[in-house]
Amino acid sequence: MFDDFFIRALVAGIGIAFVTGPLGCFVVWRRLSYFGDTLAHSALLGVTIAYTLEFNIAVSIFITSSIIALILVKLEKKTNLPGDALLGLLAHSSLAVGLVAIGFLTFIRFDIMGLLFGDILAVTNDDLLTIWIGGALILLVLKLIWKPLFASTVNYELAEAEGLNPDRAKAIFTILIAAIIAISIKMVGLLLITGMLIIPTAMARNLSDNPQKMVIFSIIGGLLSVFIGLFSSLEFNTPSGPSIVAAALVLFIFSLFKIKQTIQLKN
Amino acid sequence: MSTENNILVKLNGVGLKQNEKWLVKGVSLKVEKGKIVTLIGPNGSGKSTTAKIALGIYKNIEGQVEKFTNNIGYVPQKISIDWTLPLRVKDFMLLTDNLKDDALDEALTLTGVKHLKDKNLGNLSGGEFQRVLLARAISKKPELLVLDEPVQGVDFTGEIALYELIKKISEKINCGILLISHDLHTVMTATDHVVCLNGHVCCSGSPKDVARNNEYKALFGEQASQTLSVYEHKHDHEHSNDGEIKKN
Repeated sequence: MFDDFFIRALVAGIGIAFVTGPLGCFVVWRRLSYFGDTLAHSALLGVTIAYTLEFNIAVSIFITSSIIALILVKLEKKTNLPGDALLGLLAHSSLAVGLVAIGFLTFIRFDIMGLLFGDILAVTNDDLLTIWIGGALILLVLKLIWKPLFASTVNYELAEAEGLNPDRAKAIFTILIAAIIAISIKMVGLLLITGMLIIPTAMARNLSDNPQKMVIFSIIGGLLSVFIGLFSSLEFNTPSGPSIVAAALVLFIFSLFKIKQTIQLKN
Repeated sequence: MSTENNILVKLNGVGLKQNEKWLVKGVSLKVEKGKIVTLIGPNGSGKSTTAKIALGIYKNIEGQVEKFTNNIGYVPQKISIDWTLPLRVKDFMLLTDNLKDDALDEALTLTGVKHLKDKNLGNLSGGEFQRVLLARAISKKPELLVLDEPVQGVDFTGEIALYELIKKISEKINCGILLISHDLHTVMTATDHVVCLNGHVCCSGSPKDVARNNEYKALFGEQASQTLSVYEHKHDHEHSNDGEIKKN
């Protein structure tokens, strides 16, 4: 479909940015950034399972992350540990188990750096299909649960009282986070996916006064980060994930000046 | 008017136990179309809990809740909104329902805060926010309104006006109202049915009956029961349907 690896990376990145924008807003609003991180760490385990069983990587990551999310919900109910301790426990233990498992799989050569930080050379035409079809599905489902999810993000009891079924929306949203991690891991790498979710969104927060605007700015911020990040990755031969996230950081820093301006205007 | 068809929500001996302690127990009540039912009681007596049980917010309850409508407007007692989420008044108004702009304007005008429509929710004062909460709840013309201390933080004249508005709304759109209020004056004048709670139902009935009840006096003091006397006066006449005075 696309012969040039760089064009493929660009098309993949654009697809990912369209999905991370709106999902990232909910991750920030619902304070789930460490939750996203935990699921991303568990993705390594998904990768090793995929290699061992010769299975599709994205599907394997999606299933593993969803299971980790379920375990987290169960543990939260059964133990007295605070949520952040449980998140850390699951994040690091699943990362550790993943790395140990890789150690056993001596018959396969792993590009660990690529898994952790993303590798634009690794994006194939099949990956593009996964990203665009998977991404479209994620956005479609998000649109369907938008009303209850958004209402319960603002206030759970209002949403529940007025019959919107927020628990179901929350469960589906968790699955969507697992899905975005599964489709974007090759591009961004598992250590930096949460950065892609929250940094453009943080920038958008600085520029918006209503939720719709924040989603749109978040998508634009993601797209710009992908463009700037990928071009500099090509230019300076740096890994794609960190380049994209660093570009997002630069945009975030610029957005801070806008706040300063509005504060001055108000005074 | 008390036919089965008019019932909007009915609680049958409901209770909720949390951490081995009953928050409320054995509460039965019903809310009918066009009627205002008020819950009163001291702090921690389970008023908000009872309202939330009626709304279906708590899942592990004892007893049964029968709901005959899904068109509900709710004003919670406490609501904290996270400011990481930029939200204008008009975004908040559309939270649980897709309303037309007219319906939105109408509700905001009724509660006197239309000028705040484009303002950020975080910049409102307590009283303004309370008016927006009430506007949101009535904007979708609900069949059942659940109002948990709806006028807290509103200035005194505004308070009276808002209670009058609540009464007017219940008549206009013929909705049933479950009201929680600390203001005994309002309770005794505007309400059709009072339920006095203290972990369980102490007494219930018309405002007049409740004010005479000894348990009510024990809870609120002798003075509270006299509050009613301000409003109560002997009727030496009746009105016929066209408003003409009929001597007894």
